[in-house]
Amino acid sequence: MLNRIIIRGGFYGALVFFIIFSASPFYVMLITMFKRGHDLFNPNNNPFFFNEPITLEHLDLLFTQTLYTKFLLNTFLVGIAVVAITIIFAVPAALSLARMAGRWGENLGIGIFLTYLIPPTLLFIPLSRVVSTLGLQNSLWSLILVYPTFTVPFCTWLLMSFFKSIPREIEEQALIDGCSRINAFFKILLPISIPGIITVIVFTFTLVAHEYIYALAFIQDSGEKTIGIGMTTELVRGDVFYWGALMGGALIASIPVAILYTLFLDRIISGLAMGTAKR
Amino acid sequence: MKERYLLERENILAPLLLFPVVIYVILLVGFPFVMAFVYSFSNVTVGNPDYKIVGIRNFIDIIGDKVFQKSLGNTFIFTFVSISIVLILSHILAEVLIREFRGKWLVRFLILMPWTAPIALGTIGYLWFLDSVFSPIDWILRSFGLLGSPDALLGPMSNMYWLGRPGLAMVSVILVHVWRLLPLGTVILIAGMNSIPREILEAAQVDGAGYFRRLFNITLPLLFPVIGVTVLFAALFTFTDMTVVWVLTMGGPPPHSTQVLASLAFLKGIQGGDLAQGAAISLFFFPVLAGVAAIVLGLVKKAVVT
Amino acid sequence: MAVVELIGIKKYFGHVKAVDGIDLEIKDGEFLALLGPSGSGKTTLMRLIAGLESSTEGKIIINGEIVNEVPPRARGIAMVFQSYALYPHKTIFKNIAFPLVVEGLNKESIKKKVLWAAGLLGIGHLLGRMPSQVSGGEKQRVAIARALVRRPKVLLMDEPLSNLDAKVRHTAREELKLFQREIGVTTVYVTHDQAEAMGLGDRIAVMNEGIIRQIGTPEEIYHEPVNTFVAGFVGIPPMNFIEQDSVIIGFRPETFLPTELITDKDLMKLRFRVERVENLGSYRLIYGTIGDVKVISNLSLPYPIKEREEYDFSVRLQDIRYFDKEKGVSIKK
Repeated sequence: MLNRIIIRGGFYGALVFFIIFSASPFYVMLITMFKRGHDLFNPNNNPFFFNEPITLEHLDLLFTQTLYTKFLLNTFLVGIAVVAITIIFAVPAALSLARMAGRWGENLGIGIFLTYLIPPTLLFIPLSRVVSTLGLQNSLWSLILVYPTFTVPFCTWLLMSFFKSIPREIEEQALIDGCSRINAFFKILLPISIPGIITVIVFTFTLVAHEYIYALAFIQDSGEKTIGIGMTTELVRGDVFYWGALMGGALIASIPVAILYTLFLDRIISGLAMGTAKR
Repeated sequence: MKERYLLERENILAPLLLFPVVIYVILLVGFPFVMAFVYSFSNVTVGNPDYKIVGIRNFIDIIGDKVFQKSLGNTFIFTFVSISIVLILSHILAEVLIREFRGKWLVRFLILMPWTAPIALGTIGYLWFLDSVFSPIDWILRSFGLLGSPDALLGPMSNMYWLGRPGLAMVSVILVHVWRLLPLGTVILIAGMNSIPREILEAAQVDGAGYFRRLFNITLPLLFPVIGVTVLFAALFTFTDMTVVWVLTMGGPPPHSTQVLASLAFLKGIQGGDLAQGAAISLFFFPVLAGVAAIVLGLVKKAVVT
Repeated sequence: MAVVELIGIKKYFGHVKAVDGIDLEIKDGEFLALLGPSGSGKTTLMRLIAGLESSTEGKIIINGEIVNEVPPRARGIAMVFQSYALYPHKTIFKNIAFPLVVEGLNKESIKKKVLWAAGLLGIGHLLGRMPSQVSGGEKQRVAIARALVRRPKVLLMDEPLSNLDAKVRHTAREELKLFQREIGVTTVYVTHDQAEAMGLGDRIAVMNEGIIRQIGTPEEIYHEPVNTFVAGFVGIPPMNFIEQDSVIIGFRPETFLPTELITDKDLMKLRFRVERVENLGSYRLIYGTIGDVKVISNLSLPYPIKEREEYDFSVRLQDIRYFDKEKGVSIKK
């Protein structure tokens, strides 16, 4: 009996500890974005609760006086473009690797996946030359050009595992039922793979929202910045921190990304693991 | 006849479908990868794109550079310490999250947030958390009398100055890395734990094995490949990351107390315009990358065979 | 309808010779069963006919046209897979209609044809459901309906009954034979189950190691096996073999009976030591040895047999088959 109480106590203790550890920065963001400046900038006030009535002044500042909405829009635009490019590149490649290629295809698949491991911090110097040679510095196009270097390999691998999980016979049946290879893909395989493709779209989007280093290296124009670099460079001006707006902006942008990512996380993990399985 | 059905043939269609990806990867990963090597042996700068090869001079210069040595050391410390802590904490957290309880979806969402939200934005929260005046952590310490009174354990000053003191700044960077990687480690570990057949654990239980015996004799050995992969990925990730340092400390406080290889390469290569030195610094990731790649390759091959 | 001819067909996967030289003519409207153990190349041979694999060597001719370079869709064939391969995202109606939709028929005639095929298979009431909502036996009927709806020249079936449970399998076999006769479509049927092959096939081609060991009617295959492989593979339990001088003597268990029960005078008498008796209701299987060779008798007449005793058993000379000891091929005597 006592044993069980200790186990339960330990369980809830650990649970509470980890929730506080993981979520407290976001919780403080939430409080701070509604706190009056007077409340906020008093070191003796409890930082975890409201000591004065709440205010929307920080959000007002964020949405009307800063480029925040522009950052969001830029991130969104880059996201859309990168998703489109990723799908166009990764779907045919994944199909080829999953269905047609033999031994060399398996190795090529692993090779493509390995390129995902190459860190941006190893490539950003030569890529910055590529970008400036093409005249794309300070343009969202630089990001649209470069982001597929990590989204395409990852999504090819992910899609390959989805395609592999669909029995080959279904596709062969379509070939026998009168389809050409291309037709069998569009009419049968693609509709069945829609969950996989949605996963890829969502994941590509979150990867774009997460990216920091390339954006930092290629974009200096305030109006062209994406959310991550925009927040950390434009709203942090010297020693003047617009804390309320900064916290609010960070939280508002984080939540949709976190929700999408969490919803599809299990699929992404199982897709990754399945990629290594024999078909 | 043959031409009519050309697109039906695997040996034509398969390469055709792969072609765009291969070309893209060669142009925007392969080519820059090679250029990173070429640059590191040259004297190229942003102002002087007509470079010539100068041999290993860049490497000699940076290895002799105190800042580089400091950054290399910091990178190893951050990676090693963060991963070690994550490894321990993620086991505990996985044990908690693998159980069923009410409101689990919300708990899961909250605990995953440090990983699922963009790290640059998450780190902004820590800027406030570790602020020199308004830090909520300092407020808690003061409330418990650990800080800010003449005989307090952590000193009589009213603040810790987390990001202003070299040692504490390093602790802060590690804290954010751990915070960020913990969900990833936990999720992978849970996936691994769920893949252990229940029968094996039940058989052990029937055979009279207690919790710790099961943990050390069955669960951990079976999880070893999963743990290995997690550690490798997390290590590569932390080793080559600069976002946390860049947002949190900018490599400071002076002199370069929390500078890491990635941020130093950025500082020299992008901001300083010395592409050659920046490339040479970032090439130090290559051995780590190659090691991880080799091990991942081995694991994948093994998984494919079995 | 159609004639299918295979001339010198070979299919190698690297070093593996899945199909190693096959000549075969399947007649118009014939039901040909391809029988063989797993790995014998029978499924590969069927996939070659379908066009899902391309042959390393040889010609495939359907109705006089060489189809080696023709993709599956243009060969006028239909196929039923072992797993039925129903499209999981389409209703049963749309599954059956799919070949017609691809063909570009108008809605009216698609509907008419689907209803015809569904009626033939007795699945008219399932048309609105999804594949996940119907039973295994129903899935199999859907797959066959989808195969027939286009009125194919050749129908290929890859172990279509093996995923059904034993009870359903029997009736399914019956029906399969009935409507194949009704439609008269040339059919190739792959199976490892000899009862299916015997019951369904107009002719059976027994395959092993990528080649056809024998082709013939079920009676020929059973009673006149041309080699020890066919003799040993067909029949449950298989043919008994004993070596005598330079030949192998083979006889079916049901021809190996107590001497007293045989009225015929031309006999080969054998001393049979009984080890074990298995009573299976309408007959008994008697396991034992002649000398030190294991043999089995299938006895459906009442006769007292005790385990671990010796008896006089005989085989009628006309029931004995002789095989070459070296090559295993049948020899006349």
